[in-house]
Amino acid sequence: MSLISQSTAVIVMNVRSLPRRFWMSAAMVFASAVVVAILLAFLAMAKGFETTLQSAGSPDVAFFLRVSSGAELNSSMSNDQVNLLRNAPGIASDENGPLVSPELYVIVDGIKKSSQTKANIPLRGLGQQGIALRESFQLTQGRMFASGTNELIVGQSILNEFEGFELGSEIRSGKNSFTVVGIFTTGGNVFESELWADSRVIQNLYNRGSSYQSLRAKLTSPDNLEQIKAYIENDPRLNQDVQSEQSYFAEQGQGLSYMALFGRVISTIMALGALAGALNTMYTSVSDRSGEIATLRAIGFSHFSAFVGTMAEALVLAVIGGLVGSVAAFIFFDGLSAATLGGSFTQVVFQFELTTDLFIQGATLALIIGFLSGFFPAWRAARVPVIVAFQNGR
Amino acid sequence: MSEEALFDLQGVAKKFVKGKEQITIFEDLNMQIAQGDFLAIMGPSGSGKTTLLNLLGGVDQPTSGEVSFEQKRIDKLSEGKLAEWRANNIGFIFQFYNLMPMLNAYRNVELPLLLTKLSGSERKKRVENALKLVGLADRAKHMPNEMSGGQQQRVAIARAVVSDPKLLLCDEPTGDLDRKTADEILETLQLLNTEFGKTIVMVTHDPSAAKYAKRTLHLDKGEFVTDPSANVA
Ligand SMILES: Nc1ncnc2c1ncn2[C@@H]1O[C@H](COP(=O)(O)OP(=O)(O)OP(=O)(O)O)[C@@H](O)[C@H]1O
Ligand SMILES: [Mg+2]
Repeated sequence: MSLISQSTAVIVMNVRSLPRRFWMSAAMVFASAVVVAILLAFLAMAKGFETTLQSAGSPDVAFFLRVSSGAELNSSMSNDQVNLLRNAPGIASDENGPLVSPELYVIVDGIKKSSQTKANIPLRGLGQQGIALRESFQLTQGRMFASGTNELIVGQSILNEFEGFELGSEIRSGKNSFTVVGIFTTGGNVFESELWADSRVIQNLYNRGSSYQSLRAKLTSPDNLEQIKAYIENDPRLNQDVQSEQSYFAEQGQGLSYMALFGRVISTIMALGALAGALNTMYTSVSDRSGEIATLRAIGFSHFSAFVGTMAEALVLAVIGGLVGSVAAFIFFDGLSAATLGGSFTQVVFQFELTTDLFIQGATLALIIGFLSGFFPAWRAARVPVIVAFQNGR
Repeated sequence: MSEEALFDLQGVAKKFVKGKEQITIFEDLNMQIAQGDFLAIMGPSGSGKTTLLNLLGGVDQPTSGEVSFEQKRIDKLSEGKLAEWRANNIGFIFQFYNLMPMLNAYRNVELPLLLTKLSGSERKKRVENALKLVGLADRAKHMPNEMSGGQQQRVAIARAVVSDPKLLLCDEPTGDLDRKTADEILETLQLLNTEFGKTIVMVTHDPSAAKYAKRTLHLDKGEFVTDPSANVA
């Protein structure tokens, strides 16, 4: 009833009187914008990295590494072991036999376009069925590498971020050289940060004999992993860890999940600073308006309307800040490309990704700042003694 | 003066504590205000005029004693109940007008009606009538800072009477105005008293302002001193 019309009137007055405290109000908007933008930047970074890694992993691809090697670069397995694993139960096959890809993973140098600095790029030696195990694979330029040749195909992110990987380029690494014959995408995931060639060629050029580093195998069902684990246990010649490719990448992705945590910590600290400023703004607003508040109370307006009016002012300012921060984060960070160290000291190219749930987190932070910075001043506003209206001068 | 006492103050004491010091404003104040009265309260600075007005308006509570309005104690009401009581019974007029600087004349006058259940069209009618009464019908859209002091005080009077309260409490309503403007305001108050039956209590320093009242009480050192020139009806 009248509580609503009273409060509405007070809110309208407060909001209209904002220009009177323009700089203080602007400072509060700015502080809340900065805090929200920083939170979003970190979250977008973590999110982008996570997406890049996680979307690479498939739940029905088994991924084998030597026991406790952790990442591909540190792992190795013999050809005999690969042949034993090929016959493990629960692995899908087609007319060419079991769908498996024994792979090698070595590192070549690249020069980042953005910083002109050297960085590690993974070069993957792919088994015959390697492509079949990556469902999102698409060749966008050129052709596949031919088996047994020094040809390779280049992931789209590598082409974008590093110098000299265009179709037809010659790539030198140590005493070896390769020709780029194709460009591929895998839907933006981590494989696009790799170079792919024939595994046997890599074995040769990098003196690996007949050994490999990892093995991927298509499962007839994601539930078959247990069966395969038992199979490895029962054969003393095997010493592999197996997990789904999805869970492997999820583990690797945790490398940057500290970014999200770090972002939350940083923005919490900054939010405290913003809060201190915002409290100051709001207390100033209350003392600036105390004559008006008291007059309204003398007329018969409730405590509640004074409280709500101040609360609304704080929320409006913080939310405007949140919006500004979100828009700024969107303009500056969404889709921003970055490269960072991935699992094996190689570069993973990923894009900052701002999603609805991140914006909701930003908005929540803005609301929290607004609520906390409004609450205590609003409390004071509600307690402004009516006598103030009669104290001469304003 | 007992028939229909609107206000009845019995043994009112008011003390302020300032640091370690206790200041006694009133020790034992007794007074009645009849329905339809136009009372001027005069007295030197610091004599407690504003304090008395605040006690009458339920803005401040006595340290002891009773303040009754229409035979009902108001000194024991909760803050919320007092606000409601003020909304229903009292219009305040302040020395410095106390208009909301962000609202135009119309919106300022409308404020007390936001506390009622009146419909939008009823509110509009009342606000327009109140503005007409104070001669500012054509200034409805003006902001306070676009009006002279006298005009602002008229808007404040319109605001004080728009919800049709029985009682107007005025603290130095002409204290900030020149003679001519002050007289206009005082004439308006007199009109409200004689034609509309409003009971008015007005604090003033100005003897010629007090002449518009039906009677004048002089306050000094917390007591009313009899003044031979009072009671000019
Ligand atoms: N809230 C308060 N706390 C402490 N002392 C107060 C308070 N309000 C008023 N006083 C004191 O009470 C005395 C009376 O004040 P009051 O405002 O009623 O005087 P007044 O007659 O209205 O004076 P003036 O003509 O200057 O307006 C003054 O000495 C004042 O300092
Ligand atoms: Mg006074």
